[in-house]
Amino acid sequence: MGLLLNFLIFPGFLFSAIIGLFASWIDRKVTARIQWRIGPPWYQNFIDLIKLLGKETIIPRGNKFTFLFAPLGGVISITLVATILGKLLINPTQSVLGDLIVVLYLLIIPALAMILGGSSSGNPLASVGVSREMKLVLAYEFPFILSVLTMVIKAGNTIRLGQIITYQMDYGSGVGSLSGMLAFVVAVLCMQAKLGLVPFDISEAEQEIISGVFIEYSGFLLAMFKLMKSMLLYIMPLFLISLYWAENIGIYSLIGKYVFLLVIIILIKNTSPRLRVDQALRFFWGPVTLLASLAVILAMLGR
Amino acid sequence: MSLKLKALTKSLWVFHLCIGGSCNNCDIEILDLLTPRYDVERFGIMLVGSIRHADVLLITGSLTYKSAVRAKRLYEQMPKPGVVVAVGSCALGRGIFKDGYNTPCPLDELIPVDLYIPGCPPKPEAMIAGIVKLVEKVKGKR
Ligand code: SF4
Repeated sequence: MGLLLNFLIFPGFLFSAIIGLFASWIDRKVTARIQWRIGPPWYQNFIDLIKLLGKETIIPRGNKFTFLFAPLGGVISITLVATILGKLLINPTQSVLGDLIVVLYLLIIPALAMILGGSSSGNPLASVGVSREMKLVLAYEFPFILSVLTMVIKAGNTIRLGQIITYQMDYGSGVGSLSGMLAFVVAVLCMQAKLGLVPFDISEAEQEIISGVFIEYSGFLLAMFKLMKSMLLYIMPLFLISLYWAENIGIYSLIGKYVFLLVIIILIKNTSPRLRVDQALRFFWGPVTLLASLAVILAMLGR
Repeated sequence: MSLKLKALTKSLWVFHLCIGGSCNNCDIEILDLLTPRYDVERFGIMLVGSIRHADVLLITGSLTYKSAVRAKRLYEQMPKPGVVVAVGSCALGRGIFKDGYNTPCPLDELIPVDLYIPGCPPKPEAMIAGIVKLVEKVKGKR
């Protein structure tokens, strides 16, 4: 019962949805201010969601089951991550063996949901988006895992997320050391790609392939995808904080760090153009992977 | 008024369609409307790329034989509830293309139009005034 409540309400679904929608509003508002506009009111994303829930949902020909299930699966997996992370940050000793691996897998599922949903709609533009998303996942996942590995090595070869947090509480946060700093930079870049924001919004490029993977989605299902993206905007920075920057996880310092990461995300988003998918692949497998491997080697040497 | 309609009036996502015969000046005025100067995102109005996401089908230009089929199909593909807005004299009543060999009929003989914005081209202010009138009508004030 308590677990269900955790899943549905407090660190889980409701809480992360509200924070996520609010974070996406901050994104829109800051973007507007950067472009010398006023921007939408704070409740805009909630209204968008309610409106989408009230609209007709059109299901195209093609595989109906995957089309319906993909957005729901994405939201469910993100909610699971939110629950695990939230409970760990409240009490890091609750960690179970291998929860880091579970979280890493669950964080891939949103991308998989986009791939499945897009390809089951049978739209040619969606299939272009799907192929780009697949390449992007292949590109960023490798350096991301390497950068996580750095912290695993630093915290004494543990795959418990809680142990990584407690290690940082005892010995100072990961970003304080050279290898942790490098890994953090890599992880921030990968986070931008995971969130699907500019410069890595290749798979849903609005101007060239008219929102790519989402093109056939409408009504309730589109709302679920929007919610998934917003929740990801809350989860990813939180995950990075608990991995690299967790020497103090009091509520105020968490909020401060979260806002700091959000500002970095928004600034990258607003100051760069979209890359082509081959450029993104080269970027992630070239310099970023090099940096990540350097971080791993340094961590092994104990720096 | 239901919550559904209230939310709809506060977050109108626009799909812009230019059908066939037009001089494209109306499209340029619409782009003006979306620039930071008028900043319609304040009211939740956003341009979207796919008709499946749209609440407003914004049509400019006069109907031609070829585009009539497409316009009708796009209207059917729009998830309801949604509105159709015709911008410019061309879309309203064929405008300067009235006697053209390939412009069969005004737009509202093909699909139901909810809002007419006259002008050749209408100013962005006129479009905002039109949207306001539409929202008030949905709210049942008029
Ligand atoms: S209404 Fe006038 S300005 Fe608009 S497309 Fe037609 S001719 Fe051009």
